[in-house]
Amino acid sequence: MNNPVLPPDEAITLHINGSTHKLQVQPWTTLLDLLRERLHLTGTKKGCDHGQCGACTVLVDGKRVNSCLTLAVVKDGSEVITVEGLAEGDQLHPMQQAFIDNDAFQCGYCTPGQICSAVGMLKEGRAVDREAIKEFMSGNLCRCGAYPNIVAAIEQVVAQS
Amino acid sequence: MNSFTYSRPTEPAEAIQQYGQHSGAKFLAGGTNLVDLMKENVEKPAHLVDLNRLALGRVQDTASGGLRIGALVTNADVADHPDVQKRYPLLSQALLAGASPQLRNMATTGGNLLQRTRCYYFYDTATACNKRQPGSGCAARSGYNRIHAILGTSEQCVATHPSDMCVAMAALEATVVVRGPDGDRSIPFADFHRLPGDTPELDSNLKPGELILAVELPAQGFARNFHYLKLRDRASYAFALVSVAAALEIEDGQVRTARLALGGVAHKPWRNLEAEALLVGAAPDEAAFTQAAEAVVAPAVGLEHNTFKIELARRAIVRALHTATAHGRLSE
Repeated sequence: MNNPVLPPDEAITLHINGSTHKLQVQPWTTLLDLLRERLHLTGTKKGCDHGQCGACTVLVDGKRVNSCLTLAVVKDGSEVITVEGLAEGDQLHPMQQAFIDNDAFQCGYCTPGQICSAVGMLKEGRAVDREAIKEFMSGNLCRCGAYPNIVAAIEQVVAQS
Repeated sequence: MNSFTYSRPTEPAEAIQQYGQHSGAKFLAGGTNLVDLMKENVEKPAHLVDLNRLALGRVQDTASGGLRIGALVTNADVADHPDVQKRYPLLSQALLAGASPQLRNMATTGGNLLQRTRCYYFYDTATACNKRQPGSGCAARSGYNRIHAILGTSEQCVATHPSDMCVAMAALEATVVVRGPDGDRSIPFADFHRLPGDTPELDSNLKPGELILAVELPAQGFARNFHYLKLRDRASYAFALVSVAAALEIEDGQVRTARLALGGVAHKPWRNLEAEALLVGAAPDEAAFTQAAEAVVAPAVGLEHNTFKIELARRAIVRALHTATAHGRLSE
């Protein structure tokens, strides 16, 4: 509902994890806040909220982006995949399974962003070797320092594919 | 973030008109810098004109043998474009040295040109900053100024331009094509950004309401002898302390053409045409590179915490020129 003292809401449609959502959003709502606060998809994390840590990484139209710096209204009509949309039913996405197999996390807060970013990187064809994985995962920080196992998890998926 | 109204034009003329109709309007493209600055209350637009539905997303050849990059082509798509990789690898290398993969998927060519300084005092609304609030003073001059400029500064501002892409485009002598209420014009890259002088609030010579349509690269791409060297506080995903875009044309053991542009040292990508001229006709060796590097840093002035940048820049120039020279030999 529009607040009389605020600018009008905008009507948008987003296709999120295979479901179509018709939404009224305030133009200043970020995609991150929309996912977490309106749609209760809390897998996507708010870390720095300034595009510096990568915890909020999701796939928009197949490409990994920082949802904290994305205004939801701008992505009207787009397809969004969050960490909740990667598994097929009870079958984990290979990247999710690889993170478990390699113990690629400690506290787990950065993990959804790491996994979405890694899935995006594989689509980009970037993960050619260990050095490339490290460079092209540089947008995702892990303050626990689980980097060696994160790289190992990604290498496992690369080897499988 | 403050509230704002929003519009989404589909034609450049419509975008320029909507910008003119709303006081306090801003153009929005990738949003990686503007949205962040809005969260920090540094930018408080009353209206956003969303440019993302304009048809400015193409990369195409120009009639003069160059390449035209639409303003909305993302940094990732420019870096990965086969024509850029083949004909302008310096630009691809510089783009891949910047930001993170996520940000490069969002950030656009036009937006990168207009990204603002990462001076911490510009971001901190509790401090004085002539760029953020003209006349309020410069907290960086007497504050912690390790990341600040050593060339072309003014009493009012010691901020640096943060872009890697722009350093490569300066070296390549690109042209910025803009459209405004009064029609189209082309701005040579060297004249696009400006030094702070007495008006540090202005980063560029773009006029209010002017919209960037494209960047055009000339035919000469220096695809053989090039290097972008970026020096920063961590291995990846950090702004440059000093960066160097070096491009050479070498024939029969002599430098025919030389381009040098520096990032992280000034309010705009820094070129010194006299230093470039010193290289022309010389053998591409240590002596010539050192002479050129010394000419670039000769007018540099350090602040309390950034004097190290002067020697760093001198050495970076020499190393980038050596790497650019060796790159040509490797590809023989």
